[in-house]
Amino acid sequence: MKYMLIMRDSEEAIEASKDLDFEEIIAAMGRYNESLIKAGVLLAGEGLAPVEEGFVVDFDATPPVVTDGPYAEAKELFNGFWIIGVSSKEEAIEWAKRCPLGPGTKLEVRRVNELEDFPQDNEWIQKEAQWRADAEGRLGSSS
Amino acid sequence: MSDVTDAAGAVVPADDADVDRARRALAAVWRIESARIIATLTRFVGDVGQAEDLAQEAMLEALRQWPVEGVPRNGGAWLTAVAKRRAIDGWRRRERLDERYAAMARDLEEEERTASGTFWDPDTIDDDVLRLVFVACHPVLSREAQIALTLRIVGGLSSEEIARAFLVPVATIQQRIVRAKKTLAAANVPFEVPEPQDYAERLGSVLSVLYLIFNEGYLPAAGDQWVRPDVSAEALRLARMVAGLMPREPEAQSLVALMEFHAARFATRVARDGTPIPLDEQDRSRWDRAQIERGRAALARADRIGRGRASYGLQAAIAECHAVAPTAEDTDWARIVVLYEALGRIAPSPVVELNRAVAVAMSTGPASALRLVDDLERSGRLAGYAGLPAVRGELLARLGRNEEARGELESAARLTGNERERAALLAKAAGLGRAVE
Repeated sequence: MKYMLIMRDSEEAIEASKDLDFEEIIAAMGRYNESLIKAGVLLAGEGLAPVEEGFVVDFDATPPVVTDGPYAEAKELFNGFWIIGVSSKEEAIEWAKRCPLGPGTKLEVRRVNELEDFPQDNEWIQKEAQWRADAEGRLGSSS
Repeated sequence: MSDVTDAAGAVVPADDADVDRARRALAAVWRIESARIIATLTRFVGDVGQAEDLAQEAMLEALRQWPVEGVPRNGGAWLTAVAKRRAIDGWRRRERLDERYAAMARDLEEEERTASGTFWDPDTIDDDVLRLVFVACHPVLSREAQIALTLRIVGGLSSEEIARAFLVPVATIQQRIVRAKKTLAAANVPFEVPEPQDYAERLGSVLSVLYLIFNEGYLPAAGDQWVRPDVSAEALRLARMVAGLMPREPEAQSLVALMEFHAARFATRVARDGTPIPLDEQDRSRWDRAQIERGRAALARADRIGRGRASYGLQAAIAECHAVAPTAEDTDWARIVVLYEALGRIAPSPVVELNRAVAVAMSTGPASALRLVDDLERSGRLAGYAGLPAVRGELLARLGRNEEARGELESAARLTGNERERAALLAKAAGLGRAVE
């Protein structure tokens, strides 16, 4: 199963982080990312550029209204994400807890929808083992 | 309510919910840390079987303590320390108070006192885990034992999970693991990366074990499901892990790429009613683009190493051609033909030949492909194999030789073990029959 770890910073946390050693932050994050890679679970991950460079498209109006950042009303900012592939919710929790984040920061963790989330009736299930072996041979890379 | 014995021996009641929470947390910690724990313990006691037994004892201890005392901050370190203490206790019982063991015990206590956030020395641990991978895939073990042991001691899967993945009884898996550990001990298998002269062969064995596990999910040998993505996902995770441990091995990177490309198509390989969907009819909009990109990145890493492409590299390159083509017609078939030719030279196989013929048919037409298939048929290497007359029938039909095509499709229908496939072949043959009459 896939989970998305969404990093949410408060304005205060971002302000406070400006006093911290940038090298240290980068190194801690690097070690965390490396541990995800070494375990073979990291599928994707990106950090986001400052909110000043972002914009919001608001669909309340027609046509939609585009507002440039920073957004005064936002209490928490979505600042980066990871997508990991794990075997259980608990494993996602365990990885999330290891993320080197400080006070004022939250990690929102959401499961990513996958194939098995879509309805599957019993006919999905097949009993023809031999055919599969044959199909593999006949179709090769084309199955 | 379950009773839990605390460190002092008193019985402390633990809530069932606490027990369940602890059990789940333990399983998660184990999945993440098992390879490092077993690797560390193997270095400590010198035997992978004993290391695994000690780890299992530590797990039982965790199930007693964690529900009461809470899940420790560093579960992996906790389990390792408990297992090491058990090992020392065992030596003490057998050897009396040997000074060497007493020293190890003191070291362990020192280690625990000073252990901060970084419990593991990353470089040592990487080396140890790599050694563990080679031990699990050691040639003294049967392929089945290699698979079971890899999933168990490197992947951290339980016997139940492995049994479920391979659709065999739990007792069978347990037996395989016990026997594998005994075999390793009897053969005195060293905990080390193979010698340079054996390296390539042993690496090949490791990669093929991972590929077999992947295929078990991709094309289950038995059972009632067309694909079992969880089995393949675990193989892919382990392959990524191994590729991370061996960043200079192009075939390890290539195997990751090959698995990513195949896994990207999981969602589209079977219809709702269970009918497998051939590649040219799959809904390409549902292929996992992110996964394809990961595959391309892995293949690019393999190429950057600069030692050329071997078997997995070529197979991955073929899979990449399919993965990036917007439609079946837009596929670079000429390139696939060349890749199959290269693959046929380094890993000759009649099935590769047949696949090459299919690619030739798509690239330059059915006539030249038919010559290849005829050669294959004359060689007798695919006798009794339904795929051969099925492809031959297809090619003949495209050449308008319907009468012959019908005969081939009918013999393919007789040879296949699958009802759906048989029906499809017969329907196609019947369609040709009407056209002739």
